[in-house]
Amino acid sequence: MTETEGALVESRHLDHMVVGFVAALRDAGLTVPVGSTIVFRRSLELVGVDRSLAVYWAGRATLVTCPEDLDVFDAVFDAYWQHRDQPGEQPEPEIEHLTIALDDGADDGEGGEVADEPDVVLRWSPAEVLREKDFALCSNDELEEAQRLMMRMRFATRLRPSHRHEPARHDRGRDDLRRTVREALRTEGEPMRRATTVKRQQPRRLVLLLDVSGSMESYARALLRFIHAAVVARRRVEAFALGTRLTRLTKELSSHDPDQAFRQATGAVVDWSGGTRLGAVLTDFNDQWGVRGMARGAVVVVLSDGWDRGDPGVLGEQMARLHRVAHRVVWVNPLKSTPGYAPLAGGMAAALPHVDEFIEGHNLASLEQLAAVVAA
Amino acid sequence: MTEQAVSRTVAEVRCALEEHDYLADEGLATAVLLALELQRPLLLEGEPGVGKTEVAKTLARWTGGELIRLQCYEGIDIGQAVYEWDYSRQLLHLRTAEATGDAAGVDAETLENELYSPRFLVKRPLLQAIDHGDGQPPVLLIDEVDRADDEFEAYLLEMLSEYAISVPELGRFEAPVPPIVVITSNRTRDVHDALKRRCLYHWVEHPGLEREIAIIARRTTEVPDRIIRQVAAAVGQFRTLGLYKPPGVAESIDWAQSLGRLGAAALDSTLAEATLGTVIKYREDQERVREHGLDTIVEQALRA
Repeated sequence: MTETEGALVESRHLDHMVVGFVAALRDAGLTVPVGSTIVFRRSLELVGVDRSLAVYWAGRATLVTCPEDLDVFDAVFDAYWQHRDQPGEQPEPEIEHLTIALDDGADDGEGGEVADEPDVVLRWSPAEVLREKDFALCSNDELEEAQRLMMRMRFATRLRPSHRHEPARHDRGRDDLRRTVREALRTEGEPMRRATTVKRQQPRRLVLLLDVSGSMESYARALLRFIHAAVVARRRVEAFALGTRLTRLTKELSSHDPDQAFRQATGAVVDWSGGTRLGAVLTDFNDQWGVRGMARGAVVVVLSDGWDRGDPGVLGEQMARLHRVAHRVVWVNPLKSTPGYAPLAGGMAAALPHVDEFIEGHNLASLEQLAAVVAA
Repeated sequence: MTEQAVSRTVAEVRCALEEHDYLADEGLATAVLLALELQRPLLLEGEPGVGKTEVAKTLARWTGGELIRLQCYEGIDIGQAVYEWDYSRQLLHLRTAEATGDAAGVDAETLENELYSPRFLVKRPLLQAIDHGDGQPPVLLIDEVDRADDEFEAYLLEMLSEYAISVPELGRFEAPVPPIVVITSNRTRDVHDALKRRCLYHWVEHPGLEREIAIIARRTTEVPDRIIRQVAAAVGQFRTLGLYKPPGVAESIDWAQSLGRLGAAALDSTLAEATLGTVIKYREDQERVREHGLDTIVEQALRA
């Protein structure tokens, strides 16, 4: 960002400029609603367009809504306002079209069960086999089938009392003067019945951290589908990918179409099947999200084989921090089922003392167990 | 500030904030100017301790409007944020009417209307900010909105787009002039997109060395300039160490003030060690600072 004095644009072209700039931002991946464009246009009238720094700050205040977008904004701003001869008019083709994979699945399931009696029998038995089959050995079709079964799982977490109150059915909890007075009005101001409230119960937040490094490759895709099922199944679920860097996936996975969600999520993770910096990435999570509030009182699930090329001390320290603020920490390790496996790998050994539950995650049955542990 | 001061410039906003002891950079000044002129809420995000809340306080001092503060927390509801009926006084009113025999003469509807009259309404911050009467609009500070939950955010959105609040028993309250609204968030979770779209956004950074020195100088009394410069330099270094809780401006001010109180003329490692607790507040962070070498940090700070 360099400051250039003098007229940046002629004001009669301003509308054009503004719309073009917003289009360039959208091409670069920012979400800019029309309302914000209008506010930006009005802002330029207020701050003037004779200094690029004024335009820059007006744009930042009106078009950007989170610090992660600032780099993109800066780059597009420089490209657009400094060399405005070639505004970004080559929109890259968006991946908008949906595949019909989901419809396929539904036809398969319902059509098969309703129309074709023998098929039901056939379908059930593979499902039973599939429950126990290691994800690493599953074919693509089997993984799709597994995903359908995952979508049926329930992801309840333990309830905790919220600060809000709700009317109590019986005479217990705190007095509710509001309702007492209201009901008293019906009986000429005579409070016949004393109304009470109790604290409402609310499910704890569920935070899922998925290791997407190379060593997890055979499991990460299946586990990502599991996480998607959890994100769409209920509220207050957060999902992150841990690789060489931290990627928040909650938004990408919130689409109900599993294939679209899956594409968006794998697209967002730039370091899929890359290296591992488990300790360092967990530090980022704790600093940016976890310890600040997201993990407080939450059920945190780490899905990882515990391989860490970094210093195991860092991982241990970060797990300790996480454990101090979380309600429960669950570690899911797909390698745990391997005969002869012992959690001796540096990272895993360092993390274990700060884990409440250590379970497998290599097949459907173990994920069902995970859902049960989370609810406990 | 008067109503007819229509077209302000960014520079004027900066000056006015500075007169009221807030040193803003151009980005923040632009955002404040736009918030005032476009009558939109200003959403400030940033690390804890960079001075988000202070912006609202300064705006109140500058405009002369009353500062109305709503501290958000998980589970905050309408009764605590908007309004509540004073039930005990309503009950008492009923009893009095009964005792004096007034109740016998009137029908239930009149009695009920009496109960839901403004004198039994307890106004909480949001309603106070809307129903502020004539005169200078207040500054409404909605602090740490990320701690409240989604439902409350939805309510806020509705209120902030209309600057009006409905009380079913009484009717609609509308702000004659919209209040100046400042919303802060520490980003423990994402604020909803719709609310963000309604607001002007500014990400507040830690100030640079010179600006931090100027801020500390303004906010402390009887602290030698040398100490202030050294404190700002040392704190700047602490922030690069990757601490869990990097010290904010508030910590720098505390530290400089405590060193001043101790009568120090210059920072040295013994003094720094003794007062470290005013600036670094986690045991792990203190250890990390010592590991890095408090002496080296102090030495470098002395050269600043």
